[in-house]
Amino acid sequence: MIESTPVRPATDRRTMFDCRQAFAEQLAALARVDERVVAVCNDSVGSSNLAGFRDEFPDRLVNVGIAEQNMVGVAAGLANGGLLPFVCAAAPFLTGRALEQIKADIAYADRHVVLCGMSPGVAYGQLGPTHHSIEDLSWLRAIANLPIVVPADPAQTRAAVRWAASADGPSYLRIPRSPVPDLFGPETTLEPGRFVPLTEGDDVTLVAAGTLVWRAVEAATLLRHEGVSARVLAAPFVEPLDEAAVIAAARETRGIVSVEEATVSGGLGAAVAGVAGRYCPTRVRVLGVPGVFAPTGDVEFLLRYFGLTATGIADAARAVLADAAR
Amino acid sequence: MLTSSRPQVEQWQAFRDRVRDAGRDERALLLATASDQIRRDVLTMIERAGLGHVGGDFSVTDILVTLYASVLSVAPAEPDWPDRDRLILSKGHSAAALYATLASCGFFPATELATFMAPLSALSGHPDRTKVPGIETNTGPLGHGLPIGVGTALAARLRNSPARTVVILGDGELQEGSNWEAAMCAGHHRLGSLTAVVDRNGLQQGARTEDTNALEPLADRWRSFGWSVAEVDGHDHAALAEVFAVRSDRPTAVIAHTQKGRGVSFMTDRVEWHHKVPSRDELALARAELSR
Repeated sequence: MIESTPVRPATDRRTMFDCRQAFAEQLAALARVDERVVAVCNDSVGSSNLAGFRDEFPDRLVNVGIAEQNMVGVAAGLANGGLLPFVCAAAPFLTGRALEQIKADIAYADRHVVLCGMSPGVAYGQLGPTHHSIEDLSWLRAIANLPIVVPADPAQTRAAVRWAASADGPSYLRIPRSPVPDLFGPETTLEPGRFVPLTEGDDVTLVAAGTLVWRAVEAATLLRHEGVSARVLAAPFVEPLDEAAVIAAARETRGIVSVEEATVSGGLGAAVAGVAGRYCPTRVRVLGVPGVFAPTGDVEFLLRYFGLTATGIADAARAVLADAAR
Repeated sequence: MLTSSRPQVEQWQAFRDRVRDAGRDERALLLATASDQIRRDVLTMIERAGLGHVGGDFSVTDILVTLYASVLSVAPAEPDWPDRDRLILSKGHSAAALYATLASCGFFPATELATFMAPLSALSGHPDRTKVPGIETNTGPLGHGLPIGVGTALAARLRNSPARTVVILGDGELQEGSNWEAAMCAGHHRLGSLTAVVDRNGLQQGARTEDTNALEPLADRWRSFGWSVAEVDGHDHAALAEVFAVRSDRPTAVIAHTQKGRGVSFMTDRVEWHHKVPSRDELALARAELSR
């Protein structure tokens, strides 16, 4: 079916948001009603947007300075003492520098600590691969007992904070900085192991996480103009995965395109391919950063460079369908 | 999750009362006898498992016995009591000594010690808090305990709890940089409720600390991070108890001078006993030396 309205880039008609704002607002709202809530950071008050939290709850912000291993260990100790720590730090340093603390002190020790990785993916753009957090999903998916939440918009970010507070166990929230439009209503909730369907479709499935969900929706619109119906699934939980939705997509559509602002080695796409391969083998095309360090460039340049745009996603979907037709 | 042993808890409480009421000499004898028992338990655990870290177990035994018999405020029948003192064994490879000590307090039945490192046992080679009551955090990789201790001390301050935190560190472990991140943080926050005990036996897995990556001047290093420092014979129970009784408005580092393999002549201060398993003849000799 072909729509008559012209397709325009989303940025032309939508207001875009940095989800760190929604994160900080929800954290402060939570702190007002739950006195266990504390924020722990590594000189990242600015980059985690915690100035408001600090001003409202000066005693409940623990800034350990530039020391990520200590930061995560301190959070484990605060949880031992009955508090509910939200560790807020740039995702590359939180996950890369403190990976063993995340494994041993938080996940293995089963501490109710919420690890909040700020500005993930290639959000730091021109600052380069040292500051890109594209490995975090691969690293953390390898750790047991650690749900991974990748919200796609401000409402889902707020829902992620509420869910993590209520979860009674560890979690990792990947809080987007790259601008995204509103996709979900304010009452949206999250359920572990559940994708959120955004469009119906039975030709091809687009499964996306975080900052790329809205681009997958745009890709579906592009495809619809060509008579291709694409099922779009948002994956707020990369771990645990919605295996049933993956199996249904593999059965009911001719192939799957996954898309995320992460390496292709072990994130959402690898998880989806693993489930599909095990239960219902189909064509899976994994979009992300393909085993290279990014060149210099701003966020939009890098996303285009790696094909992480509506056009790139639609191209991948066409390729999947062409393969299926062979 | 294991559960407490009520008769053993009562026995431990009676022992604590005797230690408290005894004169100095009698107290020293009571605690030394308790340490011998822990060391014999550790030998039996290692014998059964065919694995273990006897050297570090024996260097830390007198510290653990002193803390649980006369210093720490804990409730083995209520291991999650919010105002309990926190003992964090950062040198998690000395798990056997900690398990034997916790069992002696009644945190779980002493019969469980026989399962040390056996398939599906709660008593892994390194401690797991989700399986063993009295374990505050999972340790094993080095350099993890002190940051967590900073967190428990900060939590006590935020919650107005009297709980104190004691972190036991291996000396070789201090080569891990995370300790110094935590030391700086504790000094900055003047965490007077935090004590770090350095099990200063001078040996790490492969060689002497001073021949590997020297720690001295160790006391000065702690002082320069804003800590009070006490040095003590780590095998003198009475001296340890006196040091632990001193409170400061700053975090305190207790440098406990110890010997690896302490208590058994042929293991004492010998690097090869880091994780060597004694033979049948060596076990008999060791047991004889530990029966006073």
